[in-house]
Amino acid sequence: MMGPAFYIAAAIAVIATVMVITRYNIMHALLYLVVSLLAVAVVLYLYGAPFIAALEVIVYAGAIMVLLIFFVMMLNLGKESAMQEQRWLKPRIWIFPSLLCLVLLGELVFLISQNHQPPSEIKVVDPKAVGMALFGPYMAAVELTGILLMAGIVGAYHLGRQKEKTLHRFLEN
Amino acid sequence: MHPTTAGMLLAGVLFVLGLISILVRRDIIFMLLSVEVMLNAAALAFVVASAHWGTADGQVMFIFILAMAAAEVSVGLALILQLYHQLKTLDSDEAAKMNG
Repeated sequence: MMGPAFYIAAAIAVIATVMVITRYNIMHALLYLVVSLLAVAVVLYLYGAPFIAALEVIVYAGAIMVLLIFFVMMLNLGKESAMQEQRWLKPRIWIFPSLLCLVLLGELVFLISQNHQPPSEIKVVDPKAVGMALFGPYMAAVELTGILLMAGIVGAYHLGRQKEKTLHRFLEN
Repeated sequence: MHPTTAGMLLAGVLFVLGLISILVRRDIIFMLLSVEVMLNAAALAFVVASAHWGTADGQVMFIFILAMAAAEVSVGLALILQLYHQLKTLDSDEAAKMNG
């Protein structure tokens, strides 16, 4: 039996994802996507995986979302971007994601303060077992993931490089 | 509801929402976001299964999916940047005409 905490977090995740896919403005969608990822992190915490929940917050909601936000900001440079910023940050835009985040925060504080235990039907896996599996039978996969990340860095650098103009020095003026 | 059923249902709903978004949207950044939503839902399903069986394999898969998503986003954003410089738009239908 999952308690009401799960259903609240699940409802927030689904509502935030629906808001992501119905926004027209990419920044608003990213705002709601962060809320959705935080809600999924609370669900992961409820399933007895606090380490995975922390990874979800740090890597997904932190690193990947910041990468996307920087990228979107980089794309629309221009004179009107400051005005657009002002238009985007009206309270009407950020009040609902903040509300959802506040509900999640209250839920998390409540769960931590009453020393929450996962339901009896599921078996908790502690981070130590995950680490033992990662550096035991999955050693080769860890190395391959390292190679994948390296390939990602090199590929992103190569693709993102601006092509320099190849004009003869007599032709350019 | 049994915890495993509830978690799998949530993962399924999130995955289908991402799938609908990637089918409906034409803005290429939104399509990348939808892929993120779908990857996240799949990872959630792995962790729920890991809690069901009491083994660490599902959480190991979550970490792999996380690393894969990070690499995918960086390469995908670099590709979108190139597309934007070449076509001056983020419409994915424009990129259907790949002539040299």
